[in-house]
Amino acid sequence: MVRKNSNATKTSRKETAAAPPVVLITGICGRLGQRLTRLLHRQQHVIGIDRRPFLSFPKDVEHFAVDLRRKKMRDIFRGRDIDAVVHMGIMHNPRTSSAEHHTWNVLGFQRLLENVAQFHVRKLIVLSGAAVYGARPDNPQFLEEDAPLLGGANWSGLRDLIAVDMLAQSFFWKSPSTETVIFRPVHILGSVRNGSSNYLRLPRVPTLLGFDPMMQVIHQDDVVEAIRMALRPGIRGIYNLAGPPPIALSHLIQIAGKPRFAIPHPMAEIAVRKLWKIGMTSFPAPELDHIRYVCMVDDERARSVLGFQHRHDVNAAVRAVFETE
Amino acid sequence: MDRSTVLIRPEDARKQPGIWLGAIRERASAVLQHVTGTDFEEKIRRLEAYRGHERMDSFGLDLEWVRVALVAVAVLHRFYFRVDASGLENVPAGRVLLIANHSGQLPIDAALVAASMFFDAEPPRVVRSMVDKWTQTLPGVCTLFARCGQVVGVPENAKKLLDSEEALLVFPEGTTGISKPFSERYRLKDFGLGFMRLALETRTPIVPIAVLGAEEQYINVGNLETLAKALRMPVFPIIPQWLLPGGLLPLPTKYRIRFGQPLMMTGDPDDEDAVIEPKVEIVRSAIQSMLNRGIKERQHVFW
Repeated sequence: MVRKNSNATKTSRKETAAAPPVVLITGICGRLGQRLTRLLHRQQHVIGIDRRPFLSFPKDVEHFAVDLRRKKMRDIFRGRDIDAVVHMGIMHNPRTSSAEHHTWNVLGFQRLLENVAQFHVRKLIVLSGAAVYGARPDNPQFLEEDAPLLGGANWSGLRDLIAVDMLAQSFFWKSPSTETVIFRPVHILGSVRNGSSNYLRLPRVPTLLGFDPMMQVIHQDDVVEAIRMALRPGIRGIYNLAGPPPIALSHLIQIAGKPRFAIPHPMAEIAVRKLWKIGMTSFPAPELDHIRYVCMVDDERARSVLGFQHRHDVNAAVRAVFETE
Repeated sequence: MDRSTVLIRPEDARKQPGIWLGAIRERASAVLQHVTGTDFEEKIRRLEAYRGHERMDSFGLDLEWVRVALVAVAVLHRFYFRVDASGLENVPAGRVLLIANHSGQLPIDAALVAASMFFDAEPPRVVRSMVDKWTQTLPGVCTLFARCGQVVGVPENAKKLLDSEEALLVFPEGTTGISKPFSERYRLKDFGLGFMRLALETRTPIVPIAVLGAEEQYINVGNLETLAKALRMPVFPIIPQWLLPGGLLPLPTKYRIRFGQPLMMTGDPDDEDAVIEPKVEIVRSAIQSMLNRGIKERQHVFW
């Protein structure tokens, strides 16, 4: 995969102080990508890769509607002196076919890694998620970064996210000259269209009868801020991101001001599976484990090494779900 | 569960001067006071002042739930099992590992040890205990356990709790201890080594505890292993009294809980099992000898 031995050549790159560093963001048209762009584009030159349409971006952002798996990606890398790559182009949409999902996520990321290694990109940031650990009854209350990634045990849709995480981990030693950072944030809340935010957007929020696990949520801007901090030289490794202190699921729904109703777990599982089949819900049944068992992380490492501090409390994070952009 | 409907506060009754409803409430609060003791409210306040959590701690402990649970357990503690606890002055302040024998089919012994640490100890404390991961799959039970301070029995959780100076109750016999048949009563099963490694690593004093009376509350004549496996339960005990009317209630034995002298162990937590085992044996034999002494001393199982 690594075509060139890349330890000595890196220092010879031009360090002309005038030109701003170039950062390449995959999946830039996602809501998180847009927020990161808005944060970065004044200090850095931002290049965006996304097949989705280019929305209301600042003028100084270059956008390429390229599939990560295509050869054209190499041209984008070749012409520019890319300083950092932020990989957010991981497909989470559980509705796409699993084959397409898998090749997009795994093959696309592998191609990206090849380019990062060949063109000596200084920094690679990958946005994984705390879901890779899996919500399990035997989880410790706070999972540390070296906990096994068992999220795919019951939820096959998560296996390519785990594969991406693993590929990024192997990149630590495959290309040691690149500072690779993996973020595993807990449930991101905000204008993002992810499972946890969509769950709170439901008109009546279902819970499982007799289950009320502790939850960690994080405001989308705190995640974006963590990514910005990780662009600093010298930062590498895996970081859990946890945000404000954990609260019970029932409390979270109460803050969202939504009525909730409880269903016994076996019934909920059958119902979600049936609804999924006829296309009435976008929640896969295995995701029910996340409102059944704890899946919380210890982000001590991010706080001490990276200097990460959450700026938004739970109320602000929940409020962000319902704000219109 | 709506919190406001669950909680019965004695002062609520006095605030609402209804005609006969108020009188009933007054009466109920008087009964409550009789059950929990007059200093219950004051003890709860001291607990709140000491812990000072906003609503829940990060493990899901909620003092409002603890308070309701304590009222329920107080009935068992004072009237049903008439717990006689002694040696509570041996429990040091700050982090401590409470190691006890496990028995009685249902973990009533854990609830009563925790109740003793609240009603009989000075100052009152909340006990955190380690529960089997299987309980986390049970609806209702898992929430109740978490709100009352129980945590899943993995070393990471235990370490975290001890680091925040909690009292941690561990039953090293695990489920094999609690589901012992009647013929093996008061004979300790093998202890796991995990608690000792934990004590060595976190430099935590160990208080051995002997619980007498739990063994006789349910008469278990044997365990069905194949059925337990089929139902994915840790054990499936055969308890003939459960077939009798009212037999689901445990027999009202008298509980005697003896807290022993704290033991401070030293050594390398990562040593081989062969090095850890003798240390575990010290704790195990301390509990066994307290049990033997207790059986010799007691006149009757029921009083």
